[in-house]
Amino acid sequence: MPEHHTAPLLEVAGLHKHFPIRGGLLTRRTGAVRAVDGVDFSIEAGRSLGLVGESGCGKSTTGRLVARLLEPTGGAVRYRGEDIAHASRRELAPVRAEIQMIFQDPYSSLNPRQTVGTIVGAPLAIRRTGTASARRARVRELLATVGLNPEHYNRFPHEFSGGQRQRIGIARALALEPKLIVADEPVSALDVSIQAQIVNLLQQVQRDLGIAFLFIAHDLAIVRHFSHRVAVMYLGRIVELADRAELYGDPRHPYTKALLSAVPEPDLGTGDGEAQGRNRIRLSGDVPTPVDPPSGCRFRTRCPSAQAICGTTEPPLLPVPTATGQHLVACHFAEPLPAAA
Amino acid sequence: MTPPSVQSGPFLSVRDLQVRFATEDGVVRAVDGLSFDLRRGQTLGIVGESGSGKSVTSLAVLGMHDRSRTTVTGRVTFDGTELIDATEKQLQSLRGNRIAMIFQDPLTALSPYYTIGAQIAETYRRHTGASRSAARARAVDLLGRVGIAAPGRRADDYPHEFSGGMRQRAMIAMSLVCDPDLLIADEPTTALDVTVQAQILDLLGDLQREFDTAIILITHDLGVVANTAHEVLVMYAGRAVEHGATQQVLTRPRHPYTEGLLRSVPRLHSDVDEPLVPIPGSPPSLLAVPAGCPFHPRCAHRERVPGDDCVTRRPALAEVGHAAACHLPEEPREVLAQQHLQP
Amino acid sequence: MLRFLVRRVLGAVLILFVISAVTFFLFFALPSDPARLSCGKGCTPELLATIHHNLGIDRPLPEQYWSFLTGIFAGRDFDGQWCSAPCLGFSFVNHQPVLDTLLNRFPATLSVALGAAALMLTVGVGLGLIAALRRGKTVDKVSMAACLVGASVQIYFFGIIARYLLVDELQWLPQPGYTSPFAAPGAWFGGMVLPWITLTVVNAATYARYTRSSMVDTLGEDYVRTARAKGLSSWGVYIRHAWRGAMTPVVTTFGIDLGLFLGGALITETTFNIHGIGKLAVDSVANSDLPMIMGTVLVAATAMVLASIAVDACYAVIDPRVRLR
Repeated sequence: MPEHHTAPLLEVAGLHKHFPIRGGLLTRRTGAVRAVDGVDFSIEAGRSLGLVGESGCGKSTTGRLVARLLEPTGGAVRYRGEDIAHASRRELAPVRAEIQMIFQDPYSSLNPRQTVGTIVGAPLAIRRTGTASARRARVRELLATVGLNPEHYNRFPHEFSGGQRQRIGIARALALEPKLIVADEPVSALDVSIQAQIVNLLQQVQRDLGIAFLFIAHDLAIVRHFSHRVAVMYLGRIVELADRAELYGDPRHPYTKALLSAVPEPDLGTGDGEAQGRNRIRLSGDVPTPVDPPSGCRFRTRCPSAQAICGTTEPPLLPVPTATGQHLVACHFAEPLPAAA
Repeated sequence: MTPPSVQSGPFLSVRDLQVRFATEDGVVRAVDGLSFDLRRGQTLGIVGESGSGKSVTSLAVLGMHDRSRTTVTGRVTFDGTELIDATEKQLQSLRGNRIAMIFQDPLTALSPYYTIGAQIAETYRRHTGASRSAARARAVDLLGRVGIAAPGRRADDYPHEFSGGMRQRAMIAMSLVCDPDLLIADEPTTALDVTVQAQILDLLGDLQREFDTAIILITHDLGVVANTAHEVLVMYAGRAVEHGATQQVLTRPRHPYTEGLLRSVPRLHSDVDEPLVPIPGSPPSLLAVPAGCPFHPRCAHRERVPGDDCVTRRPALAEVGHAAACHLPEEPREVLAQQHLQP
Repeated sequence: MLRFLVRRVLGAVLILFVISAVTFFLFFALPSDPARLSCGKGCTPELLATIHHNLGIDRPLPEQYWSFLTGIFAGRDFDGQWCSAPCLGFSFVNHQPVLDTLLNRFPATLSVALGAAALMLTVGVGLGLIAALRRGKTVDKVSMAACLVGASVQIYFFGIIARYLLVDELQWLPQPGYTSPFAAPGAWFGGMVLPWITLTVVNAATYARYTRSSMVDTLGEDYVRTARAKGLSSWGVYIRHAWRGAMTPVVTTFGIDLGLFLGGALITETTFNIHGIGKLAVDSVANSDLPMIMGTVLVAATAMVLASIAVDACYAVIDPRVRLR
C-alpha cells in the first residue's frame, strides 16, 4: 500500500449538517436540528473507523454526508485530497463508485421486485461495465464472495433470511470495487446468532480487499471488535477519538466511561444482578434535543463531574498524553489530575 | 443486598404450553411444550431470537392472542387460577391489575391520543373504580415514583412530548398502577439507548425489591438477562432448550445453542484478533421446524452424539433445575462449558 | 390557533379570487352569447349591441372583472340601480340580485347536505365498525358486498328507481322537494327523506370501507394491544382507543363530501327537482347567466375551502400531535 504515508483516504473537517425546521406564516425558517455540528476525523486506506453514540447523536447523518447522500451545511469532506462536500452530480460520479454504503435494514433496502442478480449487478449495469455476460459472471463471483450460492442469482429478496439479505447488500456494495464503505448499523437489525456471521464477513472483506470502513453502530462491543480506531459522538460532535485499545482500555471522556459501564455483559453471572451495579456510572436523564444543545460542553447536563467552566466554554477536541497512539478528547478535565491518578 | 424473601411454591406455573396459529401456509407451532415456574420477587429471563416464541408465550399467558386463529393448550396457573380456559371477563380483571405488561417500543405502545396521566389513570379506574381525581392523584404519584420530575405537570403531557426513556418510565408507571403480582416485560429496553437501558433496568430491579413483584423479562440480549434475572429460559424454535439459574446457564451452558449465542457475542474485553464464532445458518421457519432436535442443522456438536438421535428424536427438557434439551451425554457437555469460559 | 385561522382564511380568499377569475374568463372563452337569448327572433346587430351594453359585457374583460370584484367589496352601480356590497350583480335572465337568489336557494341545499351527511356518516361508519370487529365473518362479507353494490350505483339511476317504487307505486313517501322546516317540519322531513337515502346509499359505502380498513389497521397497533393488556373491556378498547385512531381518513373524506354537498348536490337536486344551489348552477349554465354562474361557483368554492379548514382543525382535535400553524 504505497499511499500509507501520504494523505489519508478520507478527511473530514469541520463538518456540519443542520436540518432546517420550517414553520410560521410564510414557512420561514424557525430553527434547525443541528444533527452534525463540527466533526473532524480521517480514515486511512484499508483502515476502519468506528463511530459510536446513542440515537440522535448524528452518527448516521455523518455517514450519509461522507457518502454524499446528503450535502453538508458546512465543512469539508476530502476524498483522496479532493473536497467533495459540494461536488456536483457529475463530479461525484467517479467518487460514488469508490464510496459505497451498507444499510441497516436488509428488508427495506433491497427492491423486492428485482432478482438478486439484478440488485447486485445494478451498479455494474449503470456504469455499463463490460458485456452483459461478463457482468453476470462478476455478480456470481460477488455472491460467492459474500457466502451466497451463485446459483441463487435469479431468486428474489423475500426468499432469503435477514442475514442472507444483508449479504446481498454487501455484495452490491462490493460490485464496483470500492475503496471506502460506510456501514450504517449493518448488523443491528439481525438476530443475535447471525450478527457474528456478518461481522466476520465484513472483516474478511476488509482484510482481503483492503477496503477502508466507516463503521457506524450503537453496539460498543461490535464496534470495538471491528474498528481500528473509534470515535464517540454526542449531540452532533465527537467527544473522544482514539485507537481501539486506548479508547476501551483507558477512556478519558466521562461520556465514554458512562457508555462503557452501561453495557450489560453476559459474563458476570452472579445471578443476583448486583455485582455489576457497584462500578456502574449512571447517567441521569436523556440526551438533550439537538435543536437547542446546552451551552458550553454539550454533555454537561448529564455529566457527573461538570464544573462552572463547562457551562461557558465548549471544550475542543484535543490530544491528551498517552502511552500509545493518538488520543483525542473534548473535555476540560481530560488531563489526568495529579491527585486523582 | 440479598434477594427478597422467597415464598415457598410457585405462584405462576406453566405446564406444557402449546400455541399454534393457523396460517395460509400451514400450522405454525409458535410455542411447543413450554414449562416453567415463577415465584414472587423473582425474575425469569426468557431469551430467544425472533420467531423463538418468547413473545407469543407472554401474550398467550394473558389470553391476548387472536382467538379466531390460535389454539392454546396446556396449563397456566396463576396464584391458584387456571388461565388457559378462563373467560375473557376473568382475564380482563387480571390484566393490568394483577398481571401487567410492558412492551418494547413505548412510543407505539402508548396511545398518541391521550395524555400520559389519563392513560395511567384509566387502568386504575378500570380495576379499582376510583374517582377521576383519586385516579389522577395515583397516576401522578406513580410517575414520581418511576423518576419523572414534576410529575403533576408532566401527567398532562402527551407521549410525543416525552423522551424515549421517559416514555418507558411512564409505561412502567402504568403497569404498576394496580400493584401487580406479576410483570411481563417484553423487550423493555430494546428500543432504548444503552445509558437509558441501564436506568430502566435499575428501576425495574428497585421496584421489584420494593413490591416483591415477579417479573418475566423477555429479551434477545444475554447481557440484560445476566444483570437482572434469577433464572433463565432459552427458547429456540418455540421450545425451551435450556433452563436454569442465571449464573449456571451463562457460565456453564449445557445446550450448544446457548453456548453458541454466548460465543457469538463480542465482549468489551475479548480478543479482537480472534474472529467471532458465529452460529452457522439461520433460525428455522416455524412452518418447517427440523425433525428431531430443532437445532441440529446448526449444531457444532452433532457428531459427538452417537447414532442419528439428533435428527430423529426430539430431546426432552427436564422440568426442574438446570436442564438442557440436548442428546449430548452429560460429561462432554461439561467439557464444552469449560471451554467456553476462557476469557 | 388564531394564527392558523388567519393564515387559512387568507389562503381561502386567494383561492376564491383565482377560482372566480378562471370562471369569469372561461365564460367568455365559450362561444355562447348571453345576449342572444334575450334578443329573440327579430334580432338585429344594433339590438344585440344595446343588450351587450345593458348587460355590461361590451367593455374590455379586465375592466368587467374589476367591476365585479369591486362590487363584492364596495357595491356597484348598474345604470342608476345601486347594488350594495357584497354585490354579485343581477341575473341576466330574471334580473334579480344574484345574492338574493343564492340566499333564497341555500336552505334547500343546506337541508339536503346536513341530513345526508349525518345519515351517511352514521350508516357508513357504523357498518365499517361492525365489519371491522367481525372481520372475516358473514356480517363483514355481506356488508362489504353491499357497499360494493352501493358504490357502483349512480344517483340518477337509484334515485329514479327509488322514487318510482317508494313514491309512485307504494306511496310510502311523499314527493321529494323542499319546504321550509320552520313552516311545515313534517313536509320538510318527508320531502327530504328520498334525497338523503339516495345520497347515503351512494356514498356510505366509501365510509364503511374506509372505516373498516382503518379500524383493522388500528386494531393491529401496539397501543391497542396495550389497551387490552390494561384489562379494558372489548368495548373500551374498540371505541376509546382504536376508533379514535381510525377516524382520520374518515374525517378527510367527510370534509370533502360535506363541502361538495354544501356547494349544491347537482345530480341529486336535479333528479329530485329540489331548487337548491346545485340546480341553480345547472340552470344558469344552460342560460349563459354569467352573474349567477359566478355566484354559484363562489358558493361551491367557499363551502369547499371552509370544509378543508374545518377538516384540518378536526385533525388537531383528534390527534394532539397535529399542530395548527
